[in-house]
Amino acid sequence: MKKINLFPEGSISKVIGKAIVLKGDDIDTDRIIPARFLKCIDFESLGSQVFADDRKELNGNHVFDKKIHEEASILSVNSNFGCGSSREHAPQALMRWGIRAIIGESFAEIFYSNCLAIGIPCVTTTKQQVEDIQGIITKNSKEFWELDLRNKKLLGSKNSWNVEIEKSTQEMLLNGNWDATSELMSNDLEIQKITSSLPYINNFSN
Amino acid sequence: MSSGTLFDKVWDLHRVSQLSGESTQLFIGLHLIHEVTSPQAFSALHERDLKVRCPNRTVATVDHIVPTTNQNRPFLDPLAEEMLTTLERNCSKHNIPLHGIGSGKQGIVHVIAPELGLTQPGMTIACGDSHTSTHGAFGTIAFGIGTSQVRDVLASQTLAMSKLKVRRIWIDGYLNHGVYAKDLILHVIRMLGVKAGVGYAYEFAGPAIQRLSMEERMTICNMSIEGGARCGYINPDDITFKYLNSCPYAPKGDAWDRALEWWEKLPSEKDAVFDDEVIFDANEIAPTLTWGITPGQGISIDERLPNPNTLAPSDRQITLDAYSYMDLKAGMHMKGLPIDVCFIGSCTNGRLSDLKAAAEIVKGNHVAKGIKAFVVPGSEKVAKSAKAIGIDKVFQEAGFEWREPGCSMCLAMNPDRLNGNQISASSSNRNFKGRQGSASGRTLLMSPAMVAAAAIKGEITDVRTILNPHANH
Repeated sequence: MKKINLFPEGSISKVIGKAIVLKGDDIDTDRIIPARFLKCIDFESLGSQVFADDRKELNGNHVFDKKIHEEASILSVNSNFGCGSSREHAPQALMRWGIRAIIGESFAEIFYSNCLAIGIPCVTTTKQQVEDIQGIITKNSKEFWELDLRNKKLLGSKNSWNVEIEKSTQEMLLNGNWDATSELMSNDLEIQKITSSLPYINNFSN
Repeated sequence: MSSGTLFDKVWDLHRVSQLSGESTQLFIGLHLIHEVTSPQAFSALHERDLKVRCPNRTVATVDHIVPTTNQNRPFLDPLAEEMLTTLERNCSKHNIPLHGIGSGKQGIVHVIAPELGLTQPGMTIACGDSHTSTHGAFGTIAFGIGTSQVRDVLASQTLAMSKLKVRRIWIDGYLNHGVYAKDLILHVIRMLGVKAGVGYAYEFAGPAIQRLSMEERMTICNMSIEGGARCGYINPDDITFKYLNSCPYAPKGDAWDRALEWWEKLPSEKDAVFDDEVIFDANEIAPTLTWGITPGQGISIDERLPNPNTLAPSDRQITLDAYSYMDLKAGMHMKGLPIDVCFIGSCTNGRLSDLKAAAEIVKGNHVAKGIKAFVVPGSEKVAKSAKAIGIDKVFQEAGFEWREPGCSMCLAMNPDRLNGNQISASSSNRNFKGRQGSASGRTLLMSPAMVAAAAIKGEITDVRTILNPHANH
């Protein structure tokens, strides 16, 4: 049975772990978790179903099935990762498989915010650097990596790279308020003020 | 930075506070929920002992998992039944109105909210579904969210969001006969690509957009997300107001006059500043369909499939992947390609005008031998209106199956799905690998009229040859 680290909690400034490469542009959330697995009322069982169809097709040869990657927690992807459906089941499935951070050339927007909402940082770097990083991970899957969110660096055993992260995302992760519910609820008076300023709330009745 | 656009105005009206970093706390005027992405959000709420802040700004329906043949309860699929039961329980506990099966108001969430008049100009609308962009057709800021954000909206009626940039997509000219809103948006996505919209809201404007009906505008905004834009919108005008005037939940009497006055101030100003602008000419667009595994891999019916070596280097690998998955080759025409299944429906093209356009092609013809063809109306209201003018009979007499409303084979969470490597002509919105329920199933996206043409010919067909049999195509 694969050992899963604790789910993200509180302030997140670093992710340390082994890495895994999933190559390909425009990998959509239907591929990350096919729709038939969305027939559930919790997220518990999604970890084993991540990339279900791709894994079945490759019959044990998919990177997510290889024993050498089973402890990986940093995922390296290419461009427009997570496009398509807004299903949070996609980052939930990745998280429950063991992923705690994703580095790529670019991310689809809803996927990116779904990752943030569960404490998974998505950081970006150039196409060339992504390819360099992926080359090193592929050569030595046992290497440990450190994603330093405060200093926006990805550190390998010999190299380090600058990475990009949206300022608001960085602050929310560092401050530990990426789980936004409490902060949003705390502005009660301001919410009431906006509510009463919008005429459509009462369907324009006087 | 944009200014004076509808997006800027609606954003400012709903801005609650500035949060840490650069994100804004945005008030959500209408929260739509359904059975797939809400159960975990309610569970999170219950774990923290929280209430739904504005049950009267929350509306539920059931669409993704509903069977389209036998809708008797309990559903034959126990998982589907459990999802609907959970939604019913959560809505009842929190006093959220639920438009369930048989209520006359059930249907795909992005079909029912507009037809009921719940969707109104100037609102912010969120829903745990990426095609929430559909509602932008009314001049709203509407976008899809994940389940944790559904929890946030339930608890606070607000969301943490970074402001988007605005790109105006200006469409000149007229759509030719046999060319539909679906062709227009497939063309735009093909030309701009599937990631160009990341970080942007798309404002669709220009003479060709102004001439579109509300249902056509919904088709356009619906697929903004397929171009990477979380949100797409069209400035409200007389066509918008006329549509709303007959909707049950729209304001009435004096309230209507006040609404109109407020709505008329919303459109982007003449001197509005956009972060980017692109221009297309509608006259140049031919019937368009996808051939690959992303919605950007589209082609007009007149063209041949591209040679990967002539494409930008970044497009080559995904083109080769698509040819291999779809069993297609560079240089081929899509015209004449045999198909197995025809699906008319979805939040993109499951409205009355879509069914009418397809019925016009189908009338007096018959589905080709060996083809499975079915129509899934977008809502109970669409089904009722279609039956009232006899469209159900037109389809059935031609050999189509006429089903009950729901999302159906757009994403195959119910029993409607492809088998093996079947290839479908589909009026839906996504052609991703495995999207229609079979890991090797293949999807070609096109307008409902093109799907109808494919059904009766048994192969991809230029719909213009059926509409104008004597013209030269």
